[in-house]
Amino acid sequence: MDELLNIVTVGHVDHGKSTVIGRLLADAGALPEGKLESIRENCRRNSKPFEYAFLLDALKNEQAQGITIDTARCFFKTDKRSYILIDAPGHIEFLKNMVTGASRAEAALLVIDASHGVEENTRRHGYFLSVLGIRQVAVLVNKMDLVDYREKVYRDICADCRAFLEKIGIVPASFIPVSGMEGDNIALRSDRMPWYRGDTVLEQIDRFQSVAEPEQLPLRLPVQGVYKFTGSGDSRRIIAGTLDSGILRAGDRIVFWPSGKKTSVKSLEVFNAPEPADFRAGQAAGFTMTEQIFVRRGEIACLESEPAPHVGVRVRANIFWLGRSAFRADRRYHFKCGTAKVEMTLEHIERIVNASNLSCQSRQYAEKNEAAECILRLDRPVAFDLAGDNDATSRFVIVDDYEIAGGGIITEALNEYDYDTRNIRWSGAGLSADERLRITGKRGLVVWMTGLSGSGKTTIAEEAELRLLSEGIPAFVLDGDKLRRGLCSDLGFSDADRAENIRRAAETAKLFRDAGAVCLVTLISPFRAARESARRIIGDEFLETYVKASLDACIARDPKKLYKKALAGEIRSFTGLDSPYEAPESPDLLLDTERWSEEECVEALVGAVRSRLGKDGKEVRG
Amino acid sequence: MDHLDKLESKSVYLLREAYAAFDKLCMLWSIGKDSTVLLWLARKAFYGHVPFPLVHIDTHYKIPEMIEYRDRLAMEYGLYMVYGENREALEARNTFPDGKVGRVECCRLLKTEALTNTLNGKWPRYRLNLTTGQYERDTNTDAYTGVIVGARSDEEGSRSKERYFSPRDKNNDWDLDDQPPEFWNQFKTDFAPGTHVRIHPLLDWTELNIWEYIERENIPTVSLYYDQGDGTRYRSLGCAPCTGPIRSTSKNPREIIEELRTGALSNIAERSGRAQDAEDGGGLETLRRDGYM
Repeated sequence: MDELLNIVTVGHVDHGKSTVIGRLLADAGALPEGKLESIRENCRRNSKPFEYAFLLDALKNEQAQGITIDTARCFFKTDKRSYILIDAPGHIEFLKNMVTGASRAEAALLVIDASHGVEENTRRHGYFLSVLGIRQVAVLVNKMDLVDYREKVYRDICADCRAFLEKIGIVPASFIPVSGMEGDNIALRSDRMPWYRGDTVLEQIDRFQSVAEPEQLPLRLPVQGVYKFTGSGDSRRIIAGTLDSGILRAGDRIVFWPSGKKTSVKSLEVFNAPEPADFRAGQAAGFTMTEQIFVRRGEIACLESEPAPHVGVRVRANIFWLGRSAFRADRRYHFKCGTAKVEMTLEHIERIVNASNLSCQSRQYAEKNEAAECILRLDRPVAFDLAGDNDATSRFVIVDDYEIAGGGIITEALNEYDYDTRNIRWSGAGLSADERLRITGKRGLVVWMTGLSGSGKTTIAEEAELRLLSEGIPAFVLDGDKLRRGLCSDLGFSDADRAENIRRAAETAKLFRDAGAVCLVTLISPFRAARESARRIIGDEFLETYVKASLDACIARDPKKLYKKALAGEIRSFTGLDSPYEAPESPDLLLDTERWSEEECVEALVGAVRSRLGKDGKEVRG
Repeated sequence: MDHLDKLESKSVYLLREAYAAFDKLCMLWSIGKDSTVLLWLARKAFYGHVPFPLVHIDTHYKIPEMIEYRDRLAMEYGLYMVYGENREALEARNTFPDGKVGRVECCRLLKTEALTNTLNGKWPRYRLNLTTGQYERDTNTDAYTGVIVGARSDEEGSRSKERYFSPRDKNNDWDLDDQPPEFWNQFKTDFAPGTHVRIHPLLDWTELNIWEYIERENIPTVSLYYDQGDGTRYRSLGCAPCTGPIRSTSKNPREIIEELRTGALSNIAERSGRAQDAEDGGGLETLRRDGYM
């Protein structure tokens, strides 16, 4: 049906963008009756010469200043399709508004004043169009009336502008000599420039292509939310989000990144319509899964059969900075990419790009309205693609305090650590804990989980392990049963053997801890003294966690059918029955599995680990 | 995807972002066609549920059918329906119909002031009890930090400069000269204490799109929008004393779409029936800066 195209006008201040749009609207008959007259009347009353720009600069304070402060949008229609014309301000002060306007566009009109030629913001806007990913650009050489409609002026500006745009990868669709004031080549062909045989502005905008949604690219569906409205009697658990690219169908095998969890699509969900055959790029979607795995906002759903996105905490990026205070390495920011939001720091600025003349300089901060190539370090892993592979999933913004202060595109995925090991002196004793911490940034911890058989230790530990891993915290479950089958397969259940079992578990956990991992030990470990000896072996980074459940509850759960056997006399010395369980008197953490849900216990455990490792599980860098 | 599918997907995306970002979120429902489409889109986004309160500012001069329609739909959809009002001004009869103040001042008192104090929770809010059908004082008095509004950029000059996520400061002011940047699919979802953010999911919709969507989705609307036989209908709804019908014989969405497509109304501003606009120097700017939706 009705096609809609967004077009932005950009260019240096006073080069006449608003006049060109105003003229276009007037000459194409797109204005409501009386609009032109009321503005002419307003000008007469205030003894100002009438300008077409006033049509757009409809707001009082703008007319007073005579420059466009913010982006104005107007709707407009030709025989071919509908348009939203976005008028972006040319003044350097309002670059963030230009970015706002331009980012919504599929094509751009770059307006240059023929009497001034290419100026600072002509180049700057060109550069921003390129970073923003706008690939269709027509150059309007405006105010030809001021240079007597001379062909040579037009040709010189074209050559100058073309050379610049090529450097930043933009091939202009056309160069059109126009006069917004006089109406030449805007909607109507001018007879004052017989040397020009190309399109008018109106013809050119009808020739712009509507940018198709990238259905042919791999599926990328950033999760916006997981909806379950049980309170309203709806038991569906729906993963909701909009497809940035690709196609999704019921039955597809999907992987969520960065967690790496896999499942299949059970149903595609819509409201007030039959289930569709598929969801395609650009569509707001929702689906249910065959398994109820834990996923959350910020992950990207991808197809198992297609190339996976990158997952990492360190990227090289081209950024532009719009914030009032400079972008610098000693401040913490938020990084928002798709629906993911993580804390980040600027690691290094490789070069500052002067957007207005493309020269470079090296300095370790970027000021307002500057562009830079830099390395960013994220607090938690994020899934992303690279610029050139996928527009949507390679773009991000940087939030400073409460404001979006910058934006950028990811150009390279980097290894997490890029340190120079030659500077570390090797000694016979190996690395000290401090040295190791400085290099890896990972502080280890032992979570000693004690409780009756069937209290839920392993279930909680395994879910917490996944959650920690997905937050970039190395975690490992040292399961009592598994130890018994391997490392401790020579041990029985006598008091002495139980003590030895715990000693071996503690020593092993300590090695994991020293390597920088969070080691979750799940052992019934019924005796207080044995747990104390484990604490002595491990030292400071020890979190005694009591997974509490009454004996009755454990007997009722009996997941491994051990109580049944023990009660039938098939197992001897079973903790809680014929062998005592000494509950911790003051554990570092208590998880009451009879009062809390599994999810709440996992949340509490992950929270305790985070706070032990420092705020939010943030990496500690020396 | 056709153009309505694209608009719908964009709006649903914005609603879901708002829901993820603000735990004290509400949606303004003026009972008009735009905010009713918005309500419908919320049901699309959340699969038939509306997981936040709907707030109506009742000036008590609304056309009675609007209130009847509001409560009927609220019961049917099971909405968390809330209204607020400027009781003080109403009791003191400081209104235009009472002849004490002009139209713009009346709007400021009954709408803007009532809105500000309803959103920040300083004045009582009344919630519809879905069992009894009666309004009761809402026990939730939290200030809303995210407010979803059905403004469209083609309505009138100042609205064309709005952001999808638009911050309002402590005094509810809209700082037009220093709006945050907004690009790609990222919005202003962080805010300082005491401030709030207005969310505009319908910014890209036109009046024609609204009617096309109402027809396609078969969305129930107030009958005041249609000619009931006297050759007039309302194009924009407000308070009875300040809202006039236009001459039109359109009896259903189909005929309104035809009317808009043929350009029969192209020379008449959509809000031309709203007398307060004319009194405000031809624009809503003064009212909007103060927080008028």
